Amino acid sequence: MKRHLISAADLTRDDAVLVLDTAEEMARLADRPIKKLPTLRGRTICNLFFEDSTRTRISFEAAEKRLSADVINFSAKGSSVSKGESLKDTAQTLAAMGVDAVVIRHSASGAPYRLANSGWIDAPVINAGDGTHQHPTQALLDAFTLRRRLIGHEAGIGQDLSGKRITIVGDVLHSRVARSNVDLLHTLGAEVTLVAPPTLVPVGVGNWPCEVSYDLDSALAKCDAVMMLRVQRERMNAAFFPTEREYSRRYGLDAQRMAKLPEHAVVMHPGPMVRGMEITAEVADSPRCTVVEQVANGVFTRMAVLYLLLGGNEPAVTQPSSPSSPSSSRTEEK
Amino acid sequence: MSKTLIRGAKVLGGEVQDVLVDGETIAEVGTGLSAEGATVVEADGQILLPGLVDLHTHLREPGREDSETVLTGTRAAASGGYTAVFAMANTFPVADTAGVVEQVWRLGREHGYCDVQPIGAVTVGLEGRKLAELGAMHESAAGVTVFSDDGKCVDDAVIMRRALEYVKAFGGVVAQHAQEPRLTEGAQMNEGVVSAELGLGGWPAVAEESIIARDVLLAEHVGSRVHICHLSTAGSVEIVRWAKSRGIDVTAEVTPHHLLLTDEMVRTYNPVYKVNPPLRTERDVMALREALADGTIDIVATDHAPHPHEDKDCEWAAAAMGMVGLETALSVVQHTMVDTGLLDWAAVADRMSFAPARIGSATGHGRPVSAGEPANLTLVDPAYRGTVDPAGFASRSRNTPYEGRELPGRVTHTFLRGRATLMDGKLA
Ligand SMILES: [Zn+2]
Repeated sequence: MKRHLISAADLTRDDAVLVLDTAEEMARLADRPIKKLPTLRGRTICNLFFEDSTRTRISFEAAEKRLSADVINFSAKGSSVSKGESLKDTAQTLAAMGVDAVVIRHSASGAPYRLANSGWIDAPVINAGDGTHQHPTQALLDAFTLRRRLIGHEAGIGQDLSGKRITIVGDVLHSRVARSNVDLLHTLGAEVTLVAPPTLVPVGVGNWPCEVSYDLDSALAKCDAVMMLRVQRERMNAAFFPTEREYSRRYGLDAQRMAKLPEHAVVMHPGPMVRGMEITAEVADSPRCTVVEQVANGVFTRMAVLYLLLGGNEPAVTQPSSPSSPSSSRTEEK
Repeated sequence: MSKTLIRGAKVLGGEVQDVLVDGETIAEVGTGLSAEGATVVEADGQILLPGLVDLHTHLREPGREDSETVLTGTRAAASGGYTAVFAMANTFPVADTAGVVEQVWRLGREHGYCDVQPIGAVTVGLEGRKLAELGAMHESAAGVTVFSDDGKCVDDAVIMRRALEYVKAFGGVVAQHAQEPRLTEGAQMNEGVVSAELGLGGWPAVAEESIIARDVLLAEHVGSRVHICHLSTAGSVEIVRWAKSRGIDVTAEVTPHHLLLTDEMVRTYNPVYKVNPPLRTERDVMALREALADGTIDIVATDHAPHPHEDKDCEWAAAAMGMVGLETALSVVQHTMVDTGLLDWAAVADRMSFAPARIGSATGHGRPVSAGEPANLTLVDPAYRGTVDPAGFASRSRNTPYEGRELPGRVTHTFLRGRATLMDGKLA
């Protein structure tokens, strides 16, 4: 793996499978009475949140603590792009404190990339969501959830998502989750279809490794999973679509639409859900909906990422079959 | 009266000749001229051009002297071979009154590295609502002839119409920064494949093209002339080409960076590439080069936009837009236009001196290199090869996208009315 995790596109197929396999090891730990590993003892990780996101921050924090890392939470409220609140200054402060890794969330696309590449700080940088660009650990946890549901916990080890069909629905234009998932799911061999009103599809999407459709109903029958994206109500005022009602009629997921899905197919959502407009309560509460699992899986996946970026060649939980580096020891198990 | 003999220069890239400068004017152009009593500059076949004229410079004084001042900006201009620059009006305070334009003009006269011709704002405070006192600025000592709200678009069609009509009274021209504001809300880079991938707000080509289309039609309707700043798209070129074919009195400029750089560079998230209008695609770059070659685009203008280091050493969204350009313009033009065979040096003289002086009514600049003319001259060594090192810039700011890049050519001498402002590559 690369030194930083900035984009889901940074991961090769083998990298991604290694993260998912390592996350399975981390998940086994959850069944033990003491859910903690000494792996990152003595290491300091800073969660640098320029944009509020309690869910993501808590998920990273839980992952860090289960790996015994020392955690510093830094949150800069309000607009990160206002003058005098410099990413560079903060980075240099953290560098001076000897931080071993930085988990960064920022409202500006590219801020984690700049942090990793500007020489402001030397530590590995993990992108916890930047603007409308990327959210790679979200894509990894989604892939982990998909692999468990569609292939199985044990059967999935070493496997990618070849041949699986995933439909991603909603505000693609403003969604870092959609961008990250298109990259990662494609890398893992899945076929991705984006469904959105044309106003919420980015110009230039033609270069993405996926299909684009404006029609949800026709996409549903042939998919293994449908991933609903968050739609912000203020988009309505910016004329991206006429009314909430029209949006939910054309792009919302209700029980009737869910019935069109194949039996085995699951419904995903990165949370928090807006019940009503994008997904009905009935669908959200159905056993086919993986929202709660996604949250749990987020911790395992982030533990895996932190371990792999910071833990070096030490075994994570179980002894790997070969003593060489994790990336070469795991991929042959397929 | 001091004399200078420039010996063995290819005048406008043509015949090797000697040029004798006596005082402020060119005394003689010929071969084997006597060097008696004159300082001799051995040109050794370097290219002699009329002093370059930049119709689009941001000098930042008054108000942002931490970025640039009239002194540092004109020193940068002299280093780049310029003998006259037009200073944009988006200063603090805005150059929207006779007082401010006279202040800028006077600072230019005092510092003396090149002539500074202030541009007046079209509207009060660049706010787009009320016409500034265009006539008073024209009648002031600064003699303003070019008006622009650059940095902002005059987007109100009625205000634009009135401005175009009003300046006809004194032969002025409105220079439009074409950017439809609603279509570029939140825009951070060219809208396309790269913006989609990077998740940066897209700046569609049509936001520029729709304003240009409207403005050439307005100019036609009221029988006025309009100048379009920094064209950046292939579509803009098509509209200007159509307007000219229809006889509309429109002129247009392109920046050196839009002739070379593309939005692919934004993948680095390095704010040095953040500029307004944004870097576009390879296809746009090729269309702009072609249009500059065939005369659809009249001139090269730098849009020299200095910013202090801290305004660029940050995340992309927070960074200021713009790049410095005076000191690298000629090298970029040589690289993209001359070395590619699209323009010869005589045509470079047209696009970078004769035509901008004509559009801006800068009498005394953009004159032929012949006896009796003001000795505003630039000597260029086209064989020079080197990498760009901003540490050596005369500009107060260093926000260049070319740091470490190899670019051909170097301005070795600049003469402003017979006086060397740049001598052997060093400011005099
Ligand atoms: Zn402009």
